[in-house]
Parts: sequence; structure tokens; C-alpha cells
Amino acid sequence: MIISVASGKGGTGKTLVATSLAVSLKDKCSLQLVDCDVEEPNDHLFLKPVIDKKEPVAIPVPKIDETKCTFCGKCAEVCAYNAIAVLPKNVLVLPNLCHGCGACSYLCPEKAITEEDMIIGVVESGHAGNIDFIQGRLNTGEAMPVPVIRKVKEKVSPDKTVIIDISPGTSCPVVESVKGSDFCLLVTEPTPFGLNDLTLAVETVRKLGILCGVVINRAGDNQGKMEAYCREQNIPVLMTIPLDTEIARLYSRGITLAEGMPRWQEKFESLFRHIKELVDERSSSLKR
Amino acid sequence: MKIIITSTAPNLDAEIDPRFGRCQYFIIVDPDTMQFEALENSSATAGGGAGISAAQSIVDKGIEALLTGNCGPNAYQVLSGAGIKVITGVTGKVKDAVENYKSGKLKADSQPNVRAHFGSGGGMGGGRGMGQR
Repeated sequence: MIISVASGKGGTGKTLVATSLAVSLKDKCSLQLVDCDVEEPNDHLFLKPVIDKKEPVAIPVPKIDETKCTFCGKCAEVCAYNAIAVLPKNVLVLPNLCHGCGACSYLCPEKAITEEDMIIGVVESGHAGNIDFIQGRLNTGEAMPVPVIRKVKEKVSPDKTVIIDISPGTSCPVVESVKGSDFCLLVTEPTPFGLNDLTLAVETVRKLGILCGVVINRAGDNQGKMEAYCREQNIPVLMTIPLDTEIARLYSRGITLAEGMPRWQEKFESLFRHIKELVDERSSSLKR
Repeated sequence: MKIIITSTAPNLDAEIDPRFGRCQYFIIVDPDTMQFEALENSSATAGGGAGISAAQSIVDKGIEALLTGNCGPNAYQVLSGAGIKVITGVTGKVKDAVENYKSGKLKADSQPNVRAHFGSGGGMGGGRGMGQR
């Protein structure tokens, strides 16, 4: 079963939930924690994994042979990302905008374009105790996380319990990371921004046909609107984590909630059971 | 000799559009005769790389200089590669800018004056909270 942890708004507690869920379940099932927040992977700070494999991730970018090029402009015309500009006497390639789709080299009438690999990041795998740990890391200054996320996801073992930590937002990296999950846990906070971005995240996840549930983090007495939205949308609120400086203190020291306050382990285990029930319920209703 | 100006409307009385890649119109004008041609900027709504695409669309028009508000690094690279002088920080009406150019009051830049994506507007929602960025 694959559970992804997303949010919409940043800084709501995805890493807090993903790492504590992993730590709480590690002795109950065969577990894999996958950090797909490749622009800022943080789970390692809490899990302190031993990394025993690093594989570079590259995308093919065009290389132009100007002795063959006639400056016809076809490559710039077919580039959906405007990564090529054809000037009267030379061709400019902007590799940071290139998605590596290959259209330019495929369509060049002079066969003047070859592709060369440009390394944009790395996939690191290892283990933290009995947790199988995978993370992607996009190189600083690179603009495209999706190819790194794709490589990270090739390592997912669906026969295990997989927890995927996802970047904030609702754009391509999030879609790529959430895709294929059995369940998406949306971590939010009871603020107007939290609610606004939760709404966007719910729309995204629903469009992908993935079941979702909400965790309200930093809750106090102000989550009425959030709960009303969830009721109205028929989304279960599966856990509420209070606004508590002790939790923040543990977090700032790189200690998971499940380890720092062991009573939370039972809560995360019950969160997992609840998710499993919802997923089983859905798959049996789909079979019917 | 012709120059190109980013404009908010297709005439010489219009205000200059401060953006290059996502400007509404380009006005190509001959400063000596004030004869002009207005082109809609088809790159204004590009998903990404608007500056490059806009620059690409004007490199073969025999233009000496671009007058605009801001120009980012990617567009600057294409324009300067094509030998077009880039003059930023230009405001006011298009025709006044042409006059100022003619009288030598405007100087070309030797580098882009804004970062990439400067003129693409907000709404990207990139905030991550917790002071990570």
C-alpha cells in the first residue's frame, strides 16, 4: 500500500507526519519511506539513514552541430519550453528550461542535433534501522524536479507499506509524486492560507482519483472552518495535532513526534489502521 | 534603422509595457520617419520561457535596439546574441521614448536588469512557511 503525505501549503507538517508514521509502523510491517520533496528533502534529518547507494539523474539536452545547422529555426519552433533560440548566426540552448523531451533532435531536418546527458540530481537509497529509505535530491540551481522524482519512484516497492513525503504546492512535482498512491494524507493547519491551499490540494488529488483524508496540525480552538469544509466535502479528519511548543522543540532537534512523545505512536498506528480500512473499503466497492 | 518598444496598446500614444517577454504589443518604429508597425506579442501567455520566445520572434526583423522596462537574463542573452541593444528602465509614452532615443538620452545596458520570471506575475504559490526560503 502506498500512502503519500501532501499538503498544498508549505510548512504544515508533512515531514512531521511522514516520519512519525514511518517510525510508528516500522516494527509492524515491512516499510519504505520515500522522500520525494527533492528540492528540500528533510526526512533524513529525523531518520538519520545510512545511505549505501547514490545514482545520478540526468536528462538529455540538445547539443547543436553548427557545421550542419542551417539556422532554419525548426528546433526553436517545436520546443514547447522555449529552451532553444535560433539567431541568424548561432543557436542558443538554455539547458535549464529543457525538459529533455527530444522533439528538437527528432525533428531537425539536418540531423544537426545530438543529445548529451546533463546531470540534474541524485537518488540516494539506504536504510534507517529496518526502514527502507529512498530520497531524491535536485542539484542546487536546477529548475526541474520531475525527472528526479520519476527516478525516485522507480524504487518504490508496492508490496511494502510505502510512505511518500511530497513537496508543497499542487503543480507538476506534486502530481508526479502523488500519482499511483492508494491514499493521500493531506496535512494542513487551521489558517486561511492552510484552508485555501488544502482546497486546491483536494481538487488535485481528486482529479487523480486518489482517496484522501486530512490531518490538522497546530490545532487550537480555531479549526471550525477547516472542519466544516471537510464535512461539506466528505473528507475524513483522521488526526488532529495540537499547537504545542514541546512538539516544536522536538522537531527543531530532529526528533520525530513518535520517538519524542511515545504516546503518539499509538495514535499514528491507529491513523494507519484507519487509512487501511478506507483503502480496503474502496477496493472492495470497486470489485463489486 | 528600426527600434522596437514594448507597449500596452498598438499605437505611439500608448504607455510602455514594463515587461519584455509578456508585454502586450511590440511597436517597431523608424525613429527618422516615425513610421511604425504594431505586433501582438504571442509569447505573452507562454507557460515558460516567454522572454526567449519573444526575443526569438524579433531577432530577424532588422532591429537595432529594444526599449522596455525590464529585461531578464534569458531574453537578454538571446537579444544581445542577435546584436540588438537592450535599453531598460524606459517609462512613459512610446513616442516620447522614441524621441529620447533619437536625442541620445537613452543608454544601452551591458547586462539584464531583473532576474528570470520577474514579469510573470505572482500566483505561483511557492511559499513553504517555517522560514525555509
